[in-house]
Formats: sequence, structure tokens, C-alpha cells
Amino acid sequence: MLEITVNNITHQLDIEPDTPLLWVVRDELELKGTKFGCGLAQCGACTVHLDGKAIRSCVTPISAVAGRLITTIEGITPISESIAPDEPKQLHVLQEAWIEQQVPQCGYCQSGQIMSAAALLEANPTPSDADIDIAMAGNVCRCGMYGRIRKAIHSASTKLEQINPKAEELELAPIASDQEQETDNG
Amino acid sequence: MGKWTRRAFLTTGALVGGGLIVGVAIRPGHRTPKLAELVENEGETLVNAWVKILPDNSIKVIVPHAEMGQGVHTVLPMMLADEMDADWNTVSMEQAPAHEEYASNDIVREFALPGKAPGIVEDTLKGVTLKLAQQMGLQITGGSFSVRGTGTWGMRTAGAAARELLVNAAADQWGVAANQIRAENSYLYHDQSNRSAPFSALAEAAAKVKGSTQPTLKSPDQFKIMGKHVERFDIPSKVDGSAVFGVDVELPNMKYACVKCAPVFGSKVSSVDSRDAEKMNGVIKVVNLGAGIGVIAERYWQAKKALDKIKVTYTQPDIQALSSADMFTQFGQAMDAAVANGDEEDDYKIGNARSVLSRSSEVIEAEYRVPHLAHSTMEPMNCTAWAHLDQLEIWAGLQNPLGIRNLLADEFDFERDQVVINNVYLGGGFGRRAMDDYPVQAAKLALALPGVPVKMIWSREEDTQQDFYRPAVMSRFKACLDSSGKPEAWENQFVDKHEPVEAPTLPYSVANQYIHYVNSPTHIRFGPWRSVDHTQHAFFTESFIDELAAKAGADPYQYRYDLLSNDLRARSVLETAAKMSDWGKPLPEGWGQGIALHRSFNTIVAEVVDVDMSNGKPRVDKVFCAADPGYAMSKDGFIAQMESGIIYGLTAAMYGEINIENGAVVESNFHNYKMLRMNESPDIEVEIINSGTDTLGGGGEPGTPPIAPAVTNAIYAITGNRLRQLPINKHVIA
Ligand code: FES
Ligand code: FES
Repeated sequence: MLEITVNNITHQLDIEPDTPLLWVVRDELELKGTKFGCGLAQCGACTVHLDGKAIRSCVTPISAVAGRLITTIEGITPISESIAPDEPKQLHVLQEAWIEQQVPQCGYCQSGQIMSAAALLEANPTPSDADIDIAMAGNVCRCGMYGRIRKAIHSASTKLEQINPKAEELELAPIASDQEQETDNG
Repeated sequence: MGKWTRRAFLTTGALVGGGLIVGVAIRPGHRTPKLAELVENEGETLVNAWVKILPDNSIKVIVPHAEMGQGVHTVLPMMLADEMDADWNTVSMEQAPAHEEYASNDIVREFALPGKAPGIVEDTLKGVTLKLAQQMGLQITGGSFSVRGTGTWGMRTAGAAARELLVNAAADQWGVAANQIRAENSYLYHDQSNRSAPFSALAEAAAKVKGSTQPTLKSPDQFKIMGKHVERFDIPSKVDGSAVFGVDVELPNMKYACVKCAPVFGSKVSSVDSRDAEKMNGVIKVVNLGAGIGVIAERYWQAKKALDKIKVTYTQPDIQALSSADMFTQFGQAMDAAVANGDEEDDYKIGNARSVLSRSSEVIEAEYRVPHLAHSTMEPMNCTAWAHLDQLEIWAGLQNPLGIRNLLADEFDFERDQVVINNVYLGGGFGRRAMDDYPVQAAKLALALPGVPVKMIWSREEDTQQDFYRPAVMSRFKACLDSSGKPEAWENQFVDKHEPVEAPTLPYSVANQYIHYVNSPTHIRFGPWRSVDHTQHAFFTESFIDELAAKAGADPYQYRYDLLSNDLRARSVLETAAKMSDWGKPLPEGWGQGIALHRSFNTIVAEVVDVDMSNGKPRVDKVFCAADPGYAMSKDGFIAQMESGIIYGLTAAMYGEINIENGAVVESNFHNYKMLRMNESPDIEVEIINSGTDTLGGGGEPGTPPIAPAVTNAIYAITGNRLRQLPINKHVIA
């Protein structure tokens, strides 16, 4: 039995320990927002947060995350208790910005993009273009919506600053670089 | 706009259960009641084939195309709602079921292109040309024609017809003249008598009145929704993870399958040793698919691990399995032979290019090549199938659901009605999801395990190595210039003629032209790849015209401009791009500009790029894109399509190359089939020119073709090196 906590809910799972977190989240917990793109830490479609940091769930065996806190795209949506089921969900500031900029095309990469961007803003609420380049280079968008993603991150950052003017005083946490995660078996 | 034929008319009729129905009929006979069975829910009135008015006066538009990010689920309803004078805030959409009644090609065939189907249609089913006659009704999303075909001929007409019927019904009921009634925001008004009613109150009566079969469409100055910025319907579900793509389909007691096919196309499985795999945890069944092997297991990861343990040998393919280099040798020899033997296939001929060239003192010659390319949709191919007792049910993202349905029925011996297709969001299409291979595999797997839904998911490696590739092409040019430096003769020979036929056509005035080709097939299967043949040919022609400009010592923009005196629309697109980019502006050391122009799917696009090579490697800093689609129905949607097409084409230009070695694809995943990423992605500025609604152009594809030559032309401007082969990162010399 393995125990994992996803979006604040703890689950006991009877599953082969080498199963990637991606398939556990998708097929066992039925949280389908996290996507499969490459299975090789090359595209970012499967990005989730592990203790607040962006990781690629397709190459993370479930045994490695037992007992730790995982957040998926479904979990970054702050759902307040007081909202009736038929009322619209409250969106993360990045999700709002994504709609505002009409970012998604096919939409398949976008959960991963938003999760990477959320980890970035968490660590660095006012990222520069260069910061965005580094933090987002691991996320492929085959529909090529990079310009809109960049704009949406900036706009979310501006909004965050208005909500929380002290945001930049938060401690800067290092962001996992994609180079570290890249494998090359070619 | 095309004419309504005599076979097109409006039908009205009573529905079982008391409802009333009015529809646009395209063939003789009452199609509409049949349609009603498919989309009618309790309490809804089907006003015509593409729209329902609900009792609460909200409006549901039925869209016969798949959404793959091109925004078609929003644009088509916009077109209908505008003509209908509907309240946009109450409009929603529903995807049409895969059924002949919704065959979008019927619409196009009757109104736009009588008797002629767009090329993508013909290539669709098996990657080979099919006769239109074999294709009973198609429902294709591709060829950039959703808006052009379905939009104008279906949606706008249906919206206008519905509006006209409602107005006539109100006129009858109120005893006033129809021309005194106006429609606005889903209400009808008779201002003189101060009367008004919601559409829904008149829906039933509207079914009884007669409407004209040729409703008048609005002119652009009357548009209220078309051409405006409208938020797409599908976007909210694509930011919170709730959108359901093929890979997300969830069914009771579902099993998972992984497949691997012969690395060399044409090979078949000859022996299988699956003893170890069958003993593994969760494995249910190993299935021989003919061209490969599939494993069905309780969980995806179990299926994947078991698949890796199976030992398979394959037969030799019937046709010689070549490597990429051999293919180009083959192309070159075929081209030489065609010229030597005088058996060129003529593509286009005007004047006498050969004799002008033979008399010329200086012939400029060049040979260009482009490699095979994979589609690499973000969502790998996948399909879920369930073999019920007397039904085969499919869930997948499909660009051609109806064609797939018919094919599955034929292949597995079902009646067409016994094959049910559930089309879901496509995580990218680009032509790949018009192909039938993955639904056929899923059906085979499900039929091997009847009664249980089986979800088959390809690995990225399988997706990269089992594609229908953009073909590798070789293209040769000869030209000579007149005393003013303008091209006097232009000869172009290339291998393999596919679609669209006009892809190699020049927009420029050249008096003597001879364009010809030779077919030189290889064993690599091919399919439509975003803009189909246009990407290859735009790279060839727009590079070679740049060579001629250089030879003439002319400015590449001015040279093109001067050759466009017979195509003022194209000229103004070119001019706009040049203005946007401040063409010829002073740039830092190591920087330069390149320009290219190409017309595809009725949209003319010119792109100028600012390229920085100060570090030795090309980096595209900015793209200026001017596009004339006639009229962009959704402004922001069209801009997004241009941005997307440019990045898609730029990825191919910079990195794209599928290599074949001993018959098999070398590249496997994004580490060796590279994608453009955030840090390499240029700023893109788009300007739309709405020159007129008479000839609507596509949006999904036309942004792609000009980008590769624009970049290589810029590289030439900076370094003096002419890149005649792609991808750039492999062939560039700083
Ligand atoms: S699926 Fe994990 S990075 Fe691509
Ligand atoms: S929106 Fe399609 S891959 Fe990013």
C-alpha cells in the first residue's frame, strides 16, 4: 500500500511502485487534467506540483512521492466551501489571465503550462521575460501559443501585485531547471 | 457567393411528439425530419439543420466539425447567430453526430464547388487518392474550409433562413407586413404597434410559413457578431483541466492497450513470442494486429511494460525500404529521366519557357530539398473502442468522423448504423487525425475483447514513427532574366504531385512558365500536413524568386512588388507586411530581414522576419504577418491561427526532419524531433486585411507556408548563404 496526498486528499493505493505518478493521477484518481505528451520529461504536458515545485509526473514513480504533497491543475483552482455546486468555480489568477488572453488553441498542453507558470509565480511573482523563458522552456505548445502564454503570465503577475503589493518580498525559491530533467537517449 | 441550386430548399414538417421543424434541405426529399431524430431533445424545436431554438429562447447551433483549437466551435455559431440576429449571450453549440445528414462536404459540393471536393478530402482515408464516388458523404475538418464552406454555405444561410421564417411568422400572426418587422437579440419587434415577441414564441409558427430558399445574407457593414472579438466557447474548460480529449475518455470497467507496429512500413508481423509478457501483472491479452502487436492490460503502465517484453519479428516489406539519402537519389534520377525522355507530367504551361531558356546567355539554376516531417500533435494518437453485442462504439478526436465510421463498418463487417462515433476534443490535428489507422487498431483490440471498453494510447515514440508524413520533396528551377532583371522564363520541376493543385503556382507575372513534375513514390506513407503541399512549394518558389531578385541586384521586396502588377490583392498584402516591419530599416550588425508571400486556401499571407545572427546561430526576433482572408469572421481567432501556423512552420524550418534509415524512422521523441519552445519563440504581429467577403479564405493553414522562406531569405541577406535545404539548424553556415 502506498499513500499519496493529491489536492489535499490522501489516498491509499495498491499499485506497482514503478507506476509513474501521471498514470496514478489520471487513471486511479480520475484527475484527467494532467496530460500525457511524451513520457520522457520532454514536453511538460504532465506537469504537477510536488511540495509546491513543478515536476514532470510522467517520469516520477509513485514510490518516490509517497507521503508528499501533490497538486494538479484541478487542485490549483481555489474552490471555496461556500460556493454552491452550480456556481462557477473560482479561478486561479493564471487561469483568469489565460481566458483573458484566449491562450489555448487545442488546449492539450495548457494544464502543464499553467502548472509551470504557477510554480514560477510562486517563486518569483514578478518574472522578467528571461525568467519566463527559463521556467517555461520545458513546456511545449505544439499550437505555438507561446506569445499569449507570456502575456498571460505577465498579466497575472500584475494582478497579483495589485492584490498583494508585498508579493515581491516573498522569498525566492529556485526553480527546477528543465535542463536537469532532460534525458537524451537518442 | 455561389448559387442555391434547384436541389436546395427549405423544408418544414411536424415532428413525432408534436414539435415542429424547419430545415435547409440540400438534396431532394425531406432530410429535416431525419435530422430531428438525431438532435432533438424534449421541448426543443429544430428550426433548421443547423439551429435549435429552445423554449427559454436560447439558441443552440449544431456544428458539424471537430474542434482542434481552430475555434470552429465558436466561429460557426457566430456566423449563424449574426445572420439570425440572435442574442449572442444565449447562444451555445453542440457538435453534430457523425451521420450522413451532417456531411459537410454535401454542403460544399452543392453550393461552393459543385462536383469537386477539396483535395484533402481525397487524400484522407488511406493516405492515397480515393475517388469521390466512393465517399458517401464526408464530414472533414481540414483544408481550412470549415469557415469557408460550412460557414458561408451552411451556417450563414441557415441563420438568415431561420430569421426570415421567424419574421414571416410574426407578420402573419400580427397581421402586418414582414418588412415592418425587425429582429434583434433573439426578439422580433413591430415598432409601429409596439409589439414584440421572443423567437421561441414564434418558433412553432415559423415552421408553418414558407421561407425563401435564397435568404439574403448581410453585407459586412451589417455584421454585429462576425468580425468581432468573441471569447471562444471551449477555452474555460481548457484552463481548468476539465476539457475531455480522446485520451481522457473514461468508461466503466475500461482496460488499457499499448501497441507497437513494424518500424518499416509495409512489413507484417511474422513471429511473436509473448510468453514472458503474458505472465506479467495485469496483462489480459496480446493481440496480433497484422502490422504490429497490441497488449491489453488492466492498467496503462502494465500494458506498456508488457509490450516492451514481447519479441516480434517482421516480414520484409514488398517494396524496397530505402534511407532518406537514397530517396533523394531516386528523386534526382527520376527527374533527370523525365527530362531526358521527354515524359514530364505538365502542371502549368504558359508561353515557351524551354525555348526562351535555351536562347538565354545566362540561366540561373537551383535545386531545393525538404525532408519528411511528422505532425507531432501534442496529444499522441489514441482511441477507445467498445465492441458491444451488435454495435461498435468509438471515442476519439477525429478530423473525419464520418469517413472513419464508414470505413470501420466496411472493414469489420458492420452496418454503418452499427458503428457509433463519439467525437471529442482533438489535442491537435494538423491533418494527422484525418487518418484511419488508429481507430482501426482500437477496433481490432476491442473486437479481441468483446464487451469491454479498451482505451488504446500510443507512446510518443509510436506517434513519431507511425505517422503519415509530410513527404520529402525535391524541386529544381531554371530561370533567365530580361534586360530589366525581371524573370523572362521560369521552369520548375518537382517530384510527386499531391494537393492542393495550385501549390507550386507563382503569384508573380512571368510570361514564360513551365511547371512540371514526375512521380517517384517511396514506401513512406504520407498525409496532409498543415497546409499540405503549400509548405514545400512556398519554400521553393519564394526562395528561388529571392535568388532572382539577388541576381537582378534588386531589393527582394521591391522585386516582388513590381511583379505583382496583375495581382493587386497580393500586392497590398505584401506592401502591408513591408510597412509593418519597416522594411529596410537600419538593423544591428549581424541582423537582417527576409520576406515571403504565398497564397493558400484562398488566403494571401506575407511575412517579414527580423533575424539576429550576431551569435552565429539564427534567432528569429520578430515576425510581421499581413493576411488577407477576404474577411476574418473572428478577428482574434484568426490572429491566433496565424500565430499558431507561424510557430508550426518555424518549428519545421528550424528543426523539422524525419530521417529514414533502412526503411525505418530514426526520430522517436521530442529530444530528437525538436519543437520550438518559449525561449526561441519570436514576437508575432498580425494585421488582417478584410478585402471582401466574396472569396473567404481559410485561417488554420495559410500562416504556415511563408515562414520558412522568409527566414532563409533573411539568412541570405545576412550571410550571403542561400539555404536550399531544410531544416535551417542542420544546414546553416554562419
Ligand atoms: S509527458 Fe511528461 S514531460 Fe511530456
Ligand atoms: S494549445 Fe495545443 S499544444 Fe498548446
